[in-house]
Amino acid sequence: MSDQVLGKTFGTPVRRVEDSRFIQGAGNFTDDVIHPGQTYMAFLRSPHAHADIVSIDTSAAEAAAGVRKVLTGQDYADAGLGMLFCGWGSQSQSGEPQKMGAYPPLAHGRVRYVGNIVAAVIADSRDQAKDAVDLIEVDYKELPVAVDVLDAVKDGAPQLHDDAPGNLVVDWVHGDKDATEAAFAAASDVVTLELRNNRMVPNAMETRATNALYNHGRGEFTLHISTQNPHGLKTFTSVLTQIAPEHKLRLVADDVGGGFGSKAFVYAEDAITLFAARETRRPVKWTCERSEAFLSDAHGRDHWTKAELALNAEGKFLGVRVHTLANMGAYLSTSATLVPTYMSAPLLTGQYDIAAVHGQVDCVFTNTVPVDAYRGAGRPEAAYVIERLVDAAAFQTGRDPSQLRRQNMITQFPHTTAGGLTYDNCDFHTLLDKASEAIDYAGFPARKAEAKARGKIRGIGMSTYIEACGFGPSKIIGSWGGQAGPWESSEIRVLPTGGVEIHTGCMNHGQGHETVFAQYVSDAFGVPMDQVELLYGDTDRGQHGNGTVGSRSGPVGLGAVAMTCTKIITKAKTVVRHTLGAESDDEIEFADGVFTRTGTNLALKFAEVAWIANAGITIADTDVEPGLHAASNFDPENFTFPSGCYICEVEIDPDTGVVDIADFVVFDDFGNLGNPMIVEGQVHGGVVQGIGQALLENTVYDETGQLLSGSFMDYTMPRADNFPHFRVGMHGTPATANPMGMKGCGEAGAIGAPPAVVNAVTNALNIDHIDMPLTAEKVWAKINSTSA
Amino acid sequence: MQSFDYQKPSTLDQAVASLDGDAKALAGGQTLLPAMKVRLAGPGTLVDLGGLPELKEIAADGGVLTIGAGETHAAVAQSDIVVGAIPALAALAGGIGDPAVRHRGTLGGSVANNDPAADYPSAMLALGATIHTNSRAIAADDFFTGMFETALGEDELIVKISIPVPDSAGYAKYPNPASRYAMVGVFVAKFGPTASVAVTGAGQDGVFRAADLEAALTADFSEAAVSDGCCGDVVILGDIHASADYRRAMIPVFARKAVAKATE
Repeated sequence: MSDQVLGKTFGTPVRRVEDSRFIQGAGNFTDDVIHPGQTYMAFLRSPHAHADIVSIDTSAAEAAAGVRKVLTGQDYADAGLGMLFCGWGSQSQSGEPQKMGAYPPLAHGRVRYVGNIVAAVIADSRDQAKDAVDLIEVDYKELPVAVDVLDAVKDGAPQLHDDAPGNLVVDWVHGDKDATEAAFAAASDVVTLELRNNRMVPNAMETRATNALYNHGRGEFTLHISTQNPHGLKTFTSVLTQIAPEHKLRLVADDVGGGFGSKAFVYAEDAITLFAARETRRPVKWTCERSEAFLSDAHGRDHWTKAELALNAEGKFLGVRVHTLANMGAYLSTSATLVPTYMSAPLLTGQYDIAAVHGQVDCVFTNTVPVDAYRGAGRPEAAYVIERLVDAAAFQTGRDPSQLRRQNMITQFPHTTAGGLTYDNCDFHTLLDKASEAIDYAGFPARKAEAKARGKIRGIGMSTYIEACGFGPSKIIGSWGGQAGPWESSEIRVLPTGGVEIHTGCMNHGQGHETVFAQYVSDAFGVPMDQVELLYGDTDRGQHGNGTVGSRSGPVGLGAVAMTCTKIITKAKTVVRHTLGAESDDEIEFADGVFTRTGTNLALKFAEVAWIANAGITIADTDVEPGLHAASNFDPENFTFPSGCYICEVEIDPDTGVVDIADFVVFDDFGNLGNPMIVEGQVHGGVVQGIGQALLENTVYDETGQLLSGSFMDYTMPRADNFPHFRVGMHGTPATANPMGMKGCGEAGAIGAPPAVVNAVTNALNIDHIDMPLTAEKVWAKINSTSA
Repeated sequence: MQSFDYQKPSTLDQAVASLDGDAKALAGGQTLLPAMKVRLAGPGTLVDLGGLPELKEIAADGGVLTIGAGETHAAVAQSDIVVGAIPALAALAGGIGDPAVRHRGTLGGSVANNDPAADYPSAMLALGATIHTNSRAIAADDFFTGMFETALGEDELIVKISIPVPDSAGYAKYPNPASRYAMVGVFVAKFGPTASVAVTGAGQDGVFRAADLEAALTADFSEAAVSDGCCGDVVILGDIHASADYRRAMIPVFARKAVAKATE
């Protein structure tokens, strides 16, 4: 690990303060919230991937025991409430805005994927609601189905939305087409791959849940919800559903058990819960079951890509050209089109100095669960494309993949890429060196020979990834079509007795914010960590914020906290100046929690100043406002750019095709670290998800649009025995976009790991490509069709 | 889960008498309860077999191992009697599911359910076990009649299973990566010169005996005797985890591993 230490606690591996309540079962999740008069909601979901709803008969359900209300798409339409839509405004090559496709929370007239909500039943118990769901009769007229993007764009394919001919949401382009064509014309080698980035089901440990309380007298809603972004979703839910003006809507998330992106969107269930609470004037709760989550959480990835890399005779990369079909599912989720476009294409040149890039991304409707951001969100897709291309180039031109990378890496920073990003501070060669040394890259041939003697096929593969996170710079996001800048707020209230409340719009859903934020403020004010409390997850508390997505809580959320800490100290010095009789604030020094009048032994502790400021008595005859609180909003100038080198060794059993991860080395550059232990945990989780995507997690639809991998019996979640002991190292170059020098670490593992695994397997089998997930049968078939 | 009545009889006769209408027998509940939770099953009455002393027994006598239907997988795995008589059976039981499943799931429940991917049926077939119900004794060869189907009548409960002790035996399982059920599981046993082989997880109609492997291994009980092609007369299962061709190819691979265990 890094030896960098920023403060007494910040930068050190302090144990997580939130874990005590979790390991005691004392967390408070949305399903734990039970209001007086609580009712429960269950959904009837479409069993068909594409069908017209000819008729719905809810009479038997309405008459069933305990049922308070049955709601259908007609009820939602009659109520005049709003559609869900994508909050991102991308444009086609022609300049036309993306096609949205109408997305009613309750299907109206037509269903477009298996799991599409057709009706909601609100009853006094969960079982009564589910019993009544079984009594609803729907007459469907089935329609032809398009499941795969390649099928959905064919002439004559079934059409999902009238406003999107050819099922095309947008055909977005990026980069310089002419320059790229020129680069390819000048190339001595062109490497071409067709690849799939496989669809993922997010599977947070805590499933989504909602519980809406409607105060009829005040016309106010309180929505308890398992979410990553309470403030952002408050705004979005108000704007989209129009069920309540923003000031009459409160979102509350206490503890949240994971999200990986999937809890950052406005879902149909959220809108229906609010609608149901208003219609019944009862608190309405919905808790997603696991099998329901497979059919309703926004899925991730699912790209088809044709990718090309141009090289000159010396192996210098000249250009990258990419055409992607991105599966959007049946409706556009909240940030659906952002993910494969702006969040992906600008990173297609990776860590390399490549002068020309051109990408076209066609976002396509299909009869599947909507697709949106999933850990890494577009960046894993880009890293997979370029890191696979580099290995395929090495394979095709007979070069060492490590040397080919080293030769093409950017070495001078800041560096503005052909994709328009400015990498501020990185050190790619050192990461490559350290990872190669840790895994003994040079010693691989001996290990391969030893494995061969045991009847195993060993392979080695690396990925040298870069990503852009720390969302984010509103200026850049706005230039990309974003409707709202993801800056972050903070407020600090120093209480009279010296306790400190930090308010943030970031949303801890497992990462350890309570620990890291308290570490920072503990150092800043010189007070013990246990006197500092992080408050979040309630839109009535923090003023605004953009949640925890895109590895932003450290780089952006703490950036806002750092600004506020400075304001608090400045104010406190003024209070101290008056109290200690100094002429100017410049005579007051602050260190280790003690304010001192320069050149004297007159001193006040932080807690004493907190009392003086809040009591207000002794400063009443000055021009100093009483109180000790401040707020700031931080909007960084640039993204942060974590990078790393991941090297994977695999051993393949030729009899079965089973791929075993024999060794896995990680070297990451996350800049300065807030808590190295938490960072390492984030890396472990990300790498597990990345290897899960590469080897295990196989989302399978049949040709009728049924999700065959719809439970943990059929969808392979990564488990501890699938992995070796990861060896994680750090080499930090500080980020310049925030005062802490942090880069963000939440997504890197899921970005860097998949290409490393696939490159190791292609190396083992001596082939140019194999699509994820590398199931045993797929690998076995390759072994039996090639001479490995 | 839909509402149901619950009974816990203390005698076998009471238990059998309770099994009318839409009642279901509850052994360890490791299949039935998940099915009820997702509403794929909704019995009106659950008849809990946990109170029947007849179902609890592990004994070895005269070359026959007898195990009560109510013995859990964990009990079988850890029984000195089973480990001493048929270590391959104890190892099989110790590899079913996870510890929570093994401490609830029972031999009788697994055999009666005859899941095509369950482990136990392959051992019962290969070892030539006899399934004793409250009314009769059924040879394993006659018991497993198809996927999730057995020779058990509506009013029949498995009481115990008697299993001839082989000279040697071995079980090798290729677990489904998601469920960890057997995608292919091969149980081999050797009684004197005669080898028997049963395969679970791969048959379209559930567990089956592999006649060609039995012939090959009876002639020469060694890994080398298992050739690549086999079971041409059996319709093999294909699903999203493994095609029929792949599963068929894995049968000899895991048969070799089973033979290796039996001969180690």
